Amino acid sequence: MNTQVEIAGVKFKNPVMTASGTFGSGMEYSDFVDLNRLGAVVTKGVANIPWEGNPTPRVAEVYGGMLNAIGLQNPGIDVFIERDLKFLEQYDTKVIVNVCGKSVSDYVDVVERLSDRKVDMLEINVSCPNVKEGAIAFGQNVDALTQITKEIKKHAKHPVIMKLSPNVTSIAEMAKAAEAAGADAISLINTITGMKIDVHRRKFALANKTGGLSGPAIKPVAVRMVYEASHAVNIPVIGMGGIANGDDAIEFIMAGATAVAVGAMNFHNPYATTDVIDGIEKYMKHYGVEDINELRGVV
Amino acid sequence: MSKKKTDVPVLSQSLLADGIYDMWIETDLADSARPGQFLGVYPANKVTLLPRPISICEVDRERHALRLVYRVVGSGTAEFALYQRGDYISVIGALGNGFPLEKAAGKRVCLMGGGIGIPPLLGLSKELSAQQGAGGLSQKLQMPEGATSTLNSKPAALTAPKSITSVLGYRDDDTFLSAEFDSFSGVVIATEDGSVGTKGNVIGAVKENGIEADVIFACGPMPMLRAIKAYAQEKGIKAYLSLEERMACGVGACLGCVCKTTVKDSHSHVNNARICTDGPVFDAEDLDI
Repeated sequence: MNTQVEIAGVKFKNPVMTASGTFGSGMEYSDFVDLNRLGAVVTKGVANIPWEGNPTPRVAEVYGGMLNAIGLQNPGIDVFIERDLKFLEQYDTKVIVNVCGKSVSDYVDVVERLSDRKVDMLEINVSCPNVKEGAIAFGQNVDALTQITKEIKKHAKHPVIMKLSPNVTSIAEMAKAAEAAGADAISLINTITGMKIDVHRRKFALANKTGGLSGPAIKPVAVRMVYEASHAVNIPVIGMGGIANGDDAIEFIMAGATAVAVGAMNFHNPYATTDVIDGIEKYMKHYGVEDINELRGVV
Repeated sequence: MSKKKTDVPVLSQSLLADGIYDMWIETDLADSARPGQFLGVYPANKVTLLPRPISICEVDRERHALRLVYRVVGSGTAEFALYQRGDYISVIGALGNGFPLEKAAGKRVCLMGGGIGIPPLLGLSKELSAQQGAGGLSQKLQMPEGATSTLNSKPAALTAPKSITSVLGYRDDDTFLSAEFDSFSGVVIATEDGSVGTKGNVIGAVKENGIEADVIFACGPMPMLRAIKAYAQEKGIKAYLSLEERMACGVGACLGCVCKTTVKDSHSHVNNARICTDGPVFDAEDLDI
């Protein structure tokens, strides 16, 4: 039985990754799961300098999911290289570094700092809905997405994944723009912008007022967008949005994803990543699937 | 000490006060749990994703049991209130750092709790009082036989506090748990409506009763903790405050539950510490609240 998948020449032992921002750099979840089993660890977004993030409350639960407005708090690339990358070197898993910034030069700065580091791929976050500058501003406009993708590709020594926002009119158009600008792969979906109001206290549930919706509530939207994006481009698609078990992962693969990522469900079940891997294998055994790649886009 | 998520049996549950429940669960998490730590408790209802952070009220190592005293505040805790003996409940833990008991050594300790911040102080008072009862001053931390540690090659001495006083703040005369504190510490009560003890807050009760302390351990609502921080600063008393915030992962990965600190936090170095892992108990001096 083969679960190996390949994206831009990088071979992953299985298609299961962690969704950026839900798994730190793996340290906190290494108490629960053997990181060696994961296809890849996708780290929390890192900028060129430390970011404080947003005021609290930063998280709120909603029906079937959660809203977050963390605001990309991160220690900056220096600490990240010294601590997080060093930690991940111990494991036999691929490392994908999620990169965030407020300006194109911020992103380029981080990409260049990583050029001689043991990293397998870069994921460029142009889709975080919770920071005022940068991030989603690059992900909701074809021209801006094209420009930042080209600029990053100019400087990157590693294959580049552009992480797309669902908060757009046409995901196919954004996917095509990323591909045309040289992206090696795309990942989607980031969170969907939402809002919750505490009617008893007459206040927004989040200090940021709006936040990104994630969890099982967004899965049908994510599956639809992965389907549309993967049919619009020839580069690999990494699918995510509410994946909780093996069947969910298979659903994204059937929609056209080469790999998948587990996000908010890590908070519900710290063993979610390895449960998804086990679930995929169980599915393959049950239906006599020899190679996971046979399932991609079968619908 | 590794954390885990596990389904555990409920040993008992009862209504302790209006909207406040008292649940004992059987789990080997009790073997290493410390006062001031908490569990993430998951509702079985799958439309709720996140664990509810609930402080550990008491640890019973002999029965491998933990006591959770919690207030029903939403649909998740309302579900927990329906659990009965023999039901299984899903928990993750033990989370957080717990109270630094060693800071109580030889000191006059004042435990200050407000509302649903009172339960974790019961386990703390029990543990501190056990040190006194066990001859305190010469009691040593037991190391497992043959255990070696480069960080801790000698067993640390845990000495008993000189005295323990609990100052408990309630809304009204429903002074849940206060009788249980009597076995472990002196107890002083403040109520908002003045029906029992001092009318007002815990600081008022401390002043009215002339309580002198060298160390404060506190848990309660943020306005109370702010007042305690200011009071401790003014009096030159060390204070350790247990905070709460909306949490998601509970294990330090999501950075959802941070608090402002005066010192660089261990994760991002931006003075935003994670309450779930760097806390929930902080040195008041390190907090910018």
